[in-house]
Amino acid sequence: MAKKESTFLNMTLTLFVITAIAAAGLASVYNVTKDPIQKAKDEKLKTAINVVVPGADKAQIEEKEIPAADGSGNLVFYYVKNGDDLIGTAVKTFSNNGFGGVITVMVGFDKEGKIIDSNVLEHKETPGLGDKSGKSVSSWNEQFKGMDISSMKNSELKVKKDGGQVDAITAATITSRAYCDAIQRAFNTYIKTLTENNVEPKEGGNE
Amino acid sequence: MNNFKNFTKGFLKENPVFILLLGLCPTLGVTTSAINGLGMGLATTFVLVGSNVVISLIKKLIPDKVRIPSFIVIIASFVTIIDLVMAAYVPALYESLGLFIPLIVVNCIVLGRAEAFASKNTVFSSMIDGLGMGLGFAFALTILGSVREILGSYSIFGFKFIQTDGILVFVLAPGAFFGLAYLIAIMKKINK
Repeated sequence: MAKKESTFLNMTLTLFVITAIAAAGLASVYNVTKDPIQKAKDEKLKTAINVVVPGADKAQIEEKEIPAADGSGNLVFYYVKNGDDLIGTAVKTFSNNGFGGVITVMVGFDKEGKIIDSNVLEHKETPGLGDKSGKSVSSWNEQFKGMDISSMKNSELKVKKDGGQVDAITAATITSRAYCDAIQRAFNTYIKTLTENNVEPKEGGNE
Repeated sequence: MNNFKNFTKGFLKENPVFILLLGLCPTLGVTTSAINGLGMGLATTFVLVGSNVVISLIKKLIPDKVRIPSFIVIIASFVTIIDLVMAAYVPALYESLGLFIPLIVVNCIVLGRAEAFASKNTVFSSMIDGLGMGLGFAFALTILGSVREILGSYSIFGFKFIQTDGILVFVLAPGAFFGLAYLIAIMKKINK
């Protein structure tokens, strides 16, 4: 078979046929992989929530987007419930002050606003330094476990260098500050939702 | 040309990374660990074999003036397929390779082999060529990834053999250049 000549009709037809076949092929691959991709995403989210609110893998999760207390964006709240019983709330929060830009942190609070646990979801920090904020790399963020921010000075979470109580990661103070900032944002917003909705008031029974 | 030569040339004589110096962007970007290098190399191999086979199949049907856009559409389709498949079935690897998977589209090796080899040769030898070149690329990325992982974090394929921090610079971007430079020098010596 001789090679096709580059006439206008030939070129148009060839490109049309090739792109049409490519589109059809891609559509069918997309259809096949759509469910597994969604499943992998859900699985990942559930695992991430389970790290900060243990037991979440067997409970129902209610998702709600809530504007941050300081108006800097939206945080995603995951209410982990066992029936009507609230086990804890996982908050997907962020800080813009990381060494490499935005850091996304997942933090779990119990009903009183004490931190159950926290972990980094996404970051662009330096490998070997700032990435120690993640559980997979080091146990640095274990120190946040059980912290009660409301009982701290001005209820603010700060690294020791800035007069707070958090041990910063060696050579990654900026990352540590950003991590505190992210948790602080989640805490402030969480407390705000508690007072606004009057959910589970701390001292009831006076009325 | 015999097919055995076609296959092996990708490893030493015409290794895409060490000799042709093609596709350096993903080479430098993803090789922070051996497993990343291997994953990226295999994904590229899939695209290379797929696009080489399809292009050599339909090379006679494509008018000369529109061959580059046609090649790009075919390559991009294969990249999108591997992108979706990896997101679905190996989410962890997909996440660590991230942006570099879609970027296989602009990897010079893929278009280079389509233009230089697949558009002139038979289907079978194009497939062998794609396989050889792809595995040669995977081989180079795995070597570079291993070197950086061993020196940078004292581990290999995630298995840590010294429990301290490694020489950090090898995990960072400059380490990719150092590692690649020495590997190219060694390859030059071997090929002489």
